[in-house]
Amino acid sequence: MSVSVTRAAIPPLTRRRRVTDNAMRGLALALTLLALVPLVLILYYLLKKGLSAFSVDFFTTDPTGRFLGDPGGIRSAILGTIEIVVIASAFAIPIGLGVALWLVEYGKDGRFANLVRYFIDVMTGVPSVVFGLFVYIVLVVTQVAGTFAAWKGAVALSLLMLPIVTRSAEVVLSLVPDSLREAALALGAPRWRVILRIVIPTALPGIVTGSLLAVARAAGETAPLLFSVAFVNGWSLDPSLRMNSLPLQIFNDVGQAQDRLVTRAWGAALTLVLMILILTLIARVVQRRSRLAP
Amino acid sequence: MSASGTLTTETPAALLRDRSRGRRLDPAVEWGLAGLAAFILVLIAFFFVRLLIEAWPAFQHEGLLQFVFGADWVPSQGQFGALPLLFGTLVTSAVALLIGVPVAIATALYITELAPTRARQPLTVLVELLAAVPSVVYGLWGIFFLAPKLQPAEQWFSDTFSFLPWMGGVVSIPNYFIAGLILAVMILPIVSAISREVLATVPTDHREAALALGATRWEAIRISVLPYARPGIAGASMLGLGRALGETIAVTIVIGNAADIGKTIFSQGYSLAAVIANEFGEAASDPTHRASLIAAGLLLFVFTLIVNAIARYFVNRAQVGRRAGVPAGMAG
Repeated sequence: MSVSVTRAAIPPLTRRRRVTDNAMRGLALALTLLALVPLVLILYYLLKKGLSAFSVDFFTTDPTGRFLGDPGGIRSAILGTIEIVVIASAFAIPIGLGVALWLVEYGKDGRFANLVRYFIDVMTGVPSVVFGLFVYIVLVVTQVAGTFAAWKGAVALSLLMLPIVTRSAEVVLSLVPDSLREAALALGAPRWRVILRIVIPTALPGIVTGSLLAVARAAGETAPLLFSVAFVNGWSLDPSLRMNSLPLQIFNDVGQAQDRLVTRAWGAALTLVLMILILTLIARVVQRRSRLAP
Repeated sequence: MSASGTLTTETPAALLRDRSRGRRLDPAVEWGLAGLAAFILVLIAFFFVRLLIEAWPAFQHEGLLQFVFGADWVPSQGQFGALPLLFGTLVTSAVALLIGVPVAIATALYITELAPTRARQPLTVLVELLAAVPSVVYGLWGIFFLAPKLQPAEQWFSDTFSFLPWMGGVVSIPNYFIAGLILAVMILPIVSAISREVLATVPTDHREAALALGATRWEAIRISVLPYARPGIAGASMLGLGRALGETIAVTIVIGNAADIGKTIFSQGYSLAAVIANEFGEAASDPTHRASLIAAGLLLFVFTLIVNAIARYFVNRAQVGRRAGVPAGMAG
């Protein structure tokens, strides 16, 4: 800033400066396009290989686990992913929202609140494999209600979702105008009622968006599930049993390196990516609905 | 404001009752929510302590330094030196940063500073789509498409530059470089998103001052935009580093999983995260092996914690957290 002011005598636009300018702008454009190359390639191969795996049977049968013959479909993987993610949301969203409410309504800019904020940010950076390992140590090895179980996978995923839910909820909650809170308080409403009836409804679209993005992130995670749910072919609704999931199904099929299993992996990958994209899309649509101006 | 409506329609007596009930509930709600916030801190502390306790036998078995710097990871012989794993983690992350960060910053600069206004939104969405692809799908694509397709090019490169260190010899299909390349693609959206947020905090006056003095667009970026945004961009890159260090499944699939220190950048290797994912099943029956894997996880945890703590310091100073919307790098 001061640099540009004190250097008042920028030389006239010589040919060299013009060429440098064009070159750098061209470079930025070229690198941007380069960044999109992997995206195009991945989507192309997902569609090409994945669609060829799709059939009615693919979605309506469970993996057979047989070494030869029909490998089966991915029904149990789809249902398992949905169930695990739903349970994880039931853990992560209420806690995350609660922490966000405390940060915005009570903690504000206090020292403790900032400490909590900082650690939540740091928590976003903890590798998902470490969360998986943690759940493995605390819940699986110690044999809390059996060994591997769907709900334990949900705990691992909820640890991953928690910081995302909290920080995104905090941002929208802090956008709720103070005049709304003050108006409700002036009418004699107690604090908790103001939160429940004024603050949360006003910020709801933003909270939903953040939560959906967290769900989308959790749905694609493999590493935490590896240690907590373990792979299984069949399907049952019981969250205290092992459960299949799309990421584990893909990881397992890749490891087998048999063509028909790899084909199933592509199909499962396409299904997973479509599920995540739909969630992301819904999140963005909900965000548009928000009346809170940033 | 339906809430105020319901309050005013109640009788004064009901209102008073409601208020006294509210008064008693208020502290409970406040302390309950504060308890949740404290729970997060307790959780992280518990997390660390439990990992440390469970990893302790490994440090006892090998000695702390011997564990971190021991060059032999042979579980069947009870040897647990994590150096080959550490080496793989660092090499792949370095490759990821070298390739990913310049591209990410260029993307962010192009979108915020140079692109036509109409192209900005679509470009942003496209770059963020990269974050929506799950790790295991990157691995799948990496091992069945990218690695085999790039192998000839890598072999040519390796032969041509065989006089350089870490070069030469036969290029294996899964290798450090491919893992680093996949990581570069994976960290690109997060580094780009946060850099974009940081660039958006540069006051317009600064750009305009430079342009008014006759600077070209690139000169304005170099003189007034980049110096202002540098700490934030450094933070963004470090957050990318944190991601790369801890990324597990994609790396497990494309790194080859050979527990040696690779002779070249195109050798098969291993990483801290990959060894945990691969070996924990067989480690269940061997307490020392299991403790060693947990120790590998602890190393990873401490590493990423330090990297992220520094990164957040820089990024928060750029006041990115104060801006509206879902915080960058957390979405997707």
